[in-house]
Amino acid sequence: MALLKSLAARENDLSNPANQLKFLSNGIFKKGELPLFKDKIAETNHFPLKPKKLEILQLNLGYMCNQVCSHCHVDAGPDRKEIMTMETMEQCLEVIRNTGAHTLDLTGGAPEMNPNFRWFVEEASKAGIKDFIVRSNLTIILANKKYHDLPEFFKKHKVHVASSLPFYKRDKTDKQRGEGVFDKSIKALQMLNAVGYAQEGTGLKLDLVYNPSGAFLPTNQQALEQDFKVALKEDFNIDFNSLFAITNLPISRFLEYLIASENYEDYMYALVEAYNPVAVENVMCTNTISISWDGWLYDCDFNQMLGLKVDSKVQHIRDYNEDLLNDRNIIISQHCYGCTAGAGSSCQGTVTE
Amino acid sequence: MSKTYYDPADLRKFGNITEWNEELGTKFFDYYGKVFEEGALSAREKSLIALAVSHVVQCPYCIDAYTKDGLQRGIDKKEMMEAVHVGAAIKSGATLVHGVQMMNKYDKLSM
Repeated sequence: MALLKSLAARENDLSNPANQLKFLSNGIFKKGELPLFKDKIAETNHFPLKPKKLEILQLNLGYMCNQVCSHCHVDAGPDRKEIMTMETMEQCLEVIRNTGAHTLDLTGGAPEMNPNFRWFVEEASKAGIKDFIVRSNLTIILANKKYHDLPEFFKKHKVHVASSLPFYKRDKTDKQRGEGVFDKSIKALQMLNAVGYAQEGTGLKLDLVYNPSGAFLPTNQQALEQDFKVALKEDFNIDFNSLFAITNLPISRFLEYLIASENYEDYMYALVEAYNPVAVENVMCTNTISISWDGWLYDCDFNQMLGLKVDSKVQHIRDYNEDLLNDRNIIISQHCYGCTAGAGSSCQGTVTE
Repeated sequence: MSKTYYDPADLRKFGNITEWNEELGTKFFDYYGKVFEEGALSAREKSLIALAVSHVVQCPYCIDAYTKDGLQRGIDKKEMMEAVHVGAAIKSGATLVHGVQMMNKYDKLSM
């Protein structure tokens, strides 16, 4: 079921990341029924986990969102007021102009709800980054008149749009993301297609992000992409480029759901059983730096939500130093099993061929 | 002593059957894995067949496993329930078709 309020607004114990980390280290892991993630990766000499070449800078522009999805690892929602300021944005721009990374990835919440979003996109797009991604929840485009021209705005700045769509059918989408989300998402995808997204010869990329609507793992990404392509074309005449299948990580609201539905243990067993050492080689924390709304640096968006800042002398965007950061050890815990299950999972989908 | 004959957590231990007979257990799991690969039938079709059969043989482990497998493959609840009805129809049909035997016997014994 889609929720009405964030964990933070409900003052739920899990809104404190320390409680989540404690939970993830207790129970089946403390009893030794399942191995700790660090012991598992040590079997193949991947501990400590080290970064490779930095490829992606992921910026979280704020936790405010027009939706309150039941699986959200950010615990985003309309009641979240954390928003990146212009001052932090300027510090980010300085980094973007000098980074060796080829991809800039804006996320949230709904990044479009940041009052300085358009200014920031305009400035960042001048930096010559090869791939400039905005993660859009789609419904924001229809949420208010002031957002209706977002497709044109994205097109103007050649933004690569990555959009969440849990399923190509109404019931599952609405159950996870809220009543009416499916119809609005379909309309928004049609608007993006209409300005040229995912249309031949335009170079405008539109990818979809799939994550399972429940306590199960995603199946083969290519098979899902094919199913989505056929269904969305036949039913709604919608085109998109690629589908990224993302595993839900057992943190935040998804962790709350797993515990409340008594699926937690089975889910952790499923993740550990599906552990793939090849995926460890390419997990996104090895090529990404995640920057929070207030400028702190993390190994990934999930560590950001768990309050696990990078293990480095440099921890804030104002002191950013790529060489120093590349020398860090990546911070891990049991939630990391979510990125190493099966074909692996990242914000760019699976991580193995 | 377990309070019930079936414990959902036992499904995770299925692989342990090889511990008491490695040769036969391994042969079974190799065979099982091969059966569910993509072939003339898709893995998706096989998953739905498995779900229907799970109900007919009334195996709670199999029902759990193939409901989850179906969800992972994007099989929706309408498709799942239709598959269960196929199994149920065959099972009830198999009961009813024996009515012909009853009728035959009845007629044979009656004057």
